[in-house]
Amino acid sequence: MEKRAITDRKALRKSGEAVLLTLPMMLLIGLGFLVPLIWIGRISFQPVIEGSTLLEGFTFDSYAQFFGDPFYRSAALRSIQLAVTVTILALLVTYPIALFLHRTESRWRSVLVVITIAPLLVSAVVRTYGWMVILGDAGWVNSVLRMLDLPTLRLFNNYTGTVIGLTEIMMPYMALGLIAGFNRIDPTLEEAAASLGATPMRRFLRVTLPLSLPGVGLGCLLSFVLTMSAFVTPSLLGGGRVFVVATEIYNQAIAVLNWPLAAAMSVVTLVFFVVVLVFYNRISRRWEVL
Amino acid sequence: MRPSPLAVWLNRILITLLFIFLLAPVFPVIMMSFTNDPYIMFPPQTWGVEAYWNILQNRAFVAGAQNSLIIGVIVTVLALAVGIPAAYAIARLPLPGRDTLLALFTSPLIVPNIVFALGLLLVLVYFGLLGSYFGLIVAHTVLVVPFVIRILLTALNTMPAEVEAAASTLGATPVRVFMRITLPLLRPAILAAAGLSFLLSFDEVTVSLFIVGTSVNTLPVALFRYTQSHTDAQIAALSVVLILITIVIVLAVERTVGLMKGLGRH
Repeated sequence: MEKRAITDRKALRKSGEAVLLTLPMMLLIGLGFLVPLIWIGRISFQPVIEGSTLLEGFTFDSYAQFFGDPFYRSAALRSIQLAVTVTILALLVTYPIALFLHRTESRWRSVLVVITIAPLLVSAVVRTYGWMVILGDAGWVNSVLRMLDLPTLRLFNNYTGTVIGLTEIMMPYMALGLIAGFNRIDPTLEEAAASLGATPMRRFLRVTLPLSLPGVGLGCLLSFVLTMSAFVTPSLLGGGRVFVVATEIYNQAIAVLNWPLAAAMSVVTLVFFVVVLVFYNRISRRWEVL
Repeated sequence: MRPSPLAVWLNRILITLLFIFLLAPVFPVIMMSFTNDPYIMFPPQTWGVEAYWNILQNRAFVAGAQNSLIIGVIVTVLALAVGIPAAYAIARLPLPGRDTLLALFTSPLIVPNIVFALGLLLVLVYFGLLGSYFGLIVAHTVLVVPFVIRILLTALNTMPAEVEAAASTLGATPVRVFMRITLPLLRPAILAAAGLSFLLSFDEVTVSLFIVGTSVNTLPVALFRYTQSHTDAQIAALSVVLILITIVIVLAVERTVGLMKGLGRH
């Protein structure tokens, strides 16, 4: 009995130590992260006059403006459309690379894996600038077209350019998800299919592709979420002509100073993200069962 | 059953093209940095290293680089000081509500940066701290600390706990065990976390753009603003410098531990 009391006390002291060790982290996340998020919620319901003077009170005006004004509604829909397009394109261009990395026996394999993922450490501003040089009106693509006497393309300051740039920027994230998915495939299953006489095509469609779906899900989630909140690339490659939620939040917060509207857009974005994450969890749990 | 040689070659060409697309933005950046042209021309008309001298004369870039360097170092130290004890408590001690706390500590990875940026802007404005080192340091620390915790948790969970147990049964105090056994074994993970923290802070632009105000600037913010109004070779030269800094840090980290281990976001 007495011994138990001592171990209880010891366990309690250990838990106390554990809490003490996480205290700085709790303070950082609490004050530096949770408070700002709660603050957004509060401000989003505050009335505002002339677009910039905050008043005390409670109103749904900013939400009504966001959902009621066709401009903001189209910015929201355009963001979702952009995220879906970029995710699908990024999947299509990254899947062959990931499949190649999964299958290759080259001694360069690990180098190629690093080359595939490392671009995500290069600043988005830098990579976007690279795309501006390629896609701009006097850029590489159009200069070559002009030399060949072909009609030039509008690839810059518009939606097309934004899609191309974002697709490339999402590739390493997509690769992270896909490579994680391929790594979980038991190689003996592919060998078994081959030894049972399946053609390479059939083996891919019936074995490898279905088994890689969890990785596809993870890659698509990362790409979708990051494209939805991407700000740098749409504002530089879109040249102020591609209006997405992220650029509008910035615009309302910094230029127009309509904080309640920016806050309302942020709250809606956050809720949308939670819905997407819940949806993703449902699907990925079904994959776990399979 | 082997695929035909034609299929093999088509496959190789496709993979090569996709890799070229993945690395596409790097080539023009390097080439443009060695032109003296006032704007984008293809092929470039004049060659030289003028752009590299010009970025050293550009006040916004030099001041931004200084700020980013100072902030990056402070953020790295802070994130380690806050993240290491938290990771240790989660991995080794009976922490109440462990899973909830871990989810909370890594939640900045899930919440869109743009939303967090606005929230921090509103709070900083309220307390009159917009455009301060304080705001930038808090913002960057919040953003990098989940990576510190992830990397250290992986290291702690793959490290044999028996070594620590052995030391403690031989009579070492918990503090002594941590200082003499755990910490040295964690050194590679701590170096990786430090390298990644510095890099992420040094490159962070979205949240910084919201909270820099008009007085303080960071290098990526200065670069972003310059890119909005110019397309000259200075951007390319600065980009090359940033890429080189990234490569140096990545190689340094790669030599101590695999970097890719630390990058698993989920």
